[in-house]
Amino acid sequence: MKIEKNVDGSNTTFALEGRLDTMTAPLLESEIQGKLDGVTDLEFDFAKLSYISSAGLRVLLSAQKIMNKQGKMVIKNVCAEIKEIFEVTGFSDILTVV
Amino acid sequence: MQNWVKEIVVDSKFENVRTLTEFVERSLEPLNPSPKAMMQIGVAIDELFSNVVRYSGSSNMKLILNVNADVLTAKLTFIDEGVEYDPLKKEDPDVSLSAEDREIGGLGIFLVKKIMDGVEYKRDGQKNILTVVKKLG
Repeated sequence: MKIEKNVDGSNTTFALEGRLDTMTAPLLESEIQGKLDGVTDLEFDFAKLSYISSAGLRVLLSAQKIMNKQGKMVIKNVCAEIKEIFEVTGFSDILTVV
Repeated sequence: MQNWVKEIVVDSKFENVRTLTEFVERSLEPLNPSPKAMMQIGVAIDELFSNVVRYSGSSNMKLILNVNADVLTAKLTFIDEGVEYDPLKKEDPDVSLSAEDREIGGLGIFLVKKIMDGVEYKRDGQKNILTVVKKLG
């Protein structure tokens, strides 16, 4: 798992590569918790993310809850397999996939 | 093609989710499973093994992989000797709730039920035996 973070003023982008699972979700969580102060636009780029489990969904949910209070959050370049995971868990209604 | 069985035993440590996933991927590769089926089997391994590590108290877990090559179906059996725990008894989360109202728990096993073609639990003596079935096509 690789996490690339790009900060441009109040815009922050996380580009994820590999697998967002039980092992790696805590890493992303630690990049998000308490570190989004002043961020109004949060973007996740999933172009190189091949896999997500419920541990990863939980991190996305907590990021979404933070951003609902202070701005917006979008996820782009989501592959069909991950989209299906979003759909069966109802996350496609919570998240903004572009 | 013939039907076959392989098994692996790992310590109850989170990092072994990789060992299990690689074992299953390597074993199933000759059957050319769809990327979607492989990804979903990976998710099931992640959810079920991390449950064992978190809750069972068992020091290790055995995974038995049965393949029926004629109908291209894999059966994965997760066996631990921890406290009795049937994750299928857990109530499904309400997936229609908003982000604010969504609860964190129960999502993993719900996901497994949705993406596998069959999920069963039984208690056999001191063992928790959880079986999932997935078509590979």
